[in-house]
Amino acid sequence: MSAGSPLGAAMAVLQRDLLLAIRTRRELVNPILFFVLVVSLFPLGVSPEQSLLRALGPGVLWVAALLATLLSLDGLFRSDFEDGSLEQMLISPQPLGMLVLAKILAHWLVTGLPLLLVTPLLATLLALPDHALPVLLTTLVLGTPVLSLVGAIGVALTVGLRRGGALLSLLVLPLYVPVLIFGSNAVSSAAAEIPVTGQLYMLGAMLALALTLAPIAAAAALRISLH
Amino acid sequence: MTARNQLDGITLASREARPPTTAPVLLEGRALACQRGERMLFRGLDLTVHAGELVQIHGPNGSGKTTLLRILCGLTRPTEGEVRWVAEEPDAAGLEADVHYVGHLAGVKLELSPLENLAFVARLRGGRAGASPRDALARLGLAAFEDEPLRTLSAGQRRRTALARLLTRVARLWILDEPFTSLDVEGTATLVELMDEHVARGGAVILTSHQPVRLGDRGPRMIELGR
Repeated sequence: MSAGSPLGAAMAVLQRDLLLAIRTRRELVNPILFFVLVVSLFPLGVSPEQSLLRALGPGVLWVAALLATLLSLDGLFRSDFEDGSLEQMLISPQPLGMLVLAKILAHWLVTGLPLLLVTPLLATLLALPDHALPVLLTTLVLGTPVLSLVGAIGVALTVGLRRGGALLSLLVLPLYVPVLIFGSNAVSSAAAEIPVTGQLYMLGAMLALALTLAPIAAAAALRISLH
Repeated sequence: MTARNQLDGITLASREARPPTTAPVLLEGRALACQRGERMLFRGLDLTVHAGELVQIHGPNGSGKTTLLRILCGLTRPTEGEVRWVAEEPDAAGLEADVHYVGHLAGVKLELSPLENLAFVARLRGGRAGASPRDALARLGLAAFEDEPLRTLSAGQRRRTALARLLTRVARLWILDEPFTSLDVEGTATLVELMDEHVARGGAVILTSHQPVRLGDRGPRMIELGR
């Protein structure tokens, strides 16, 4: 057994969270169901007109992915908070930021990654041109982890509250806006065959920033919440 | 100030279970105060815990017993005062690596089996390995249930799983909040035995309980709150 390195502890958290997600399944299914339902209702509700769908598509896909992530966020720390596992993580000798990062990674693998897998199908449904699909997937690969990371700070702050849901959306949505703008804009530009390097760099920069700072901020927020 | 004299344990402790003064000090709380809302739970509380000592915190409901334990293990910050982990060895591990906290919330996952729960905590905490998870569970009478999901086990068995943590990793200080809750007669006897062995090895136990605890012919040192 490992001698308790921070990395070993983080791996333990990651493996445990994935195992829990497989055992409970709810967390695994809900976001993807929401994503598929919202996107597939658009052609029915708005118009099956190809040109209209092509204009709306990138925005619809990105808004649906963003909301699917937001809906799944509440579960990130909730069950660990309620059964005391979070207390045990807080008083463990390991750096809390590493453990939080492992939890966020598990959350993204469970909720973000499945969205990527169904996206090609939904893109076809919204008549997205084939050449824009790689860009769409790239923006989601770069963008959805940012949503999970930034969202984790909000969840960590509201986990101690009885009804933190509404507050969480208010806290987190303003921070999601840049990701949404750059993400959907890159996809519409790609569809119109305009270079998108700038937007992708911007998303990459946001990911790098969130990856380094969000776990520390979320860890600090958890200490306040469990005070 | 009589309250202060009472709390620092010297006057009370002289009657029983006072270890020889040569026993090293493990934990020291100085002038601790905690305020919850408008209410001052306690103030000016000094306490010293030596190696090989069993300390029972006593007081009516709402007198701040749980809060005091959370302060001692670092989960809650005191309104005033400080907690010092006094380790006399120069290369001693920090408080986090050398304390076990079992609180009201068991800190176990209902979707996982007792064995999986223990293996996770062992990897999370790292540190010096104690008994193997299997042996720890056997000691607490859970050998026949080690692979059942905790959800299907009783409250007492969940509590036993949480207590098995004490054995899988070596820590000198055990902080136990109402550890006898939902334990049966046999479980209570096992826990008393474990505490006895721990204290005999030079560990220390701080616990809250409404029932009297005796280790062999010795009683605990009592600390009264809320008087």
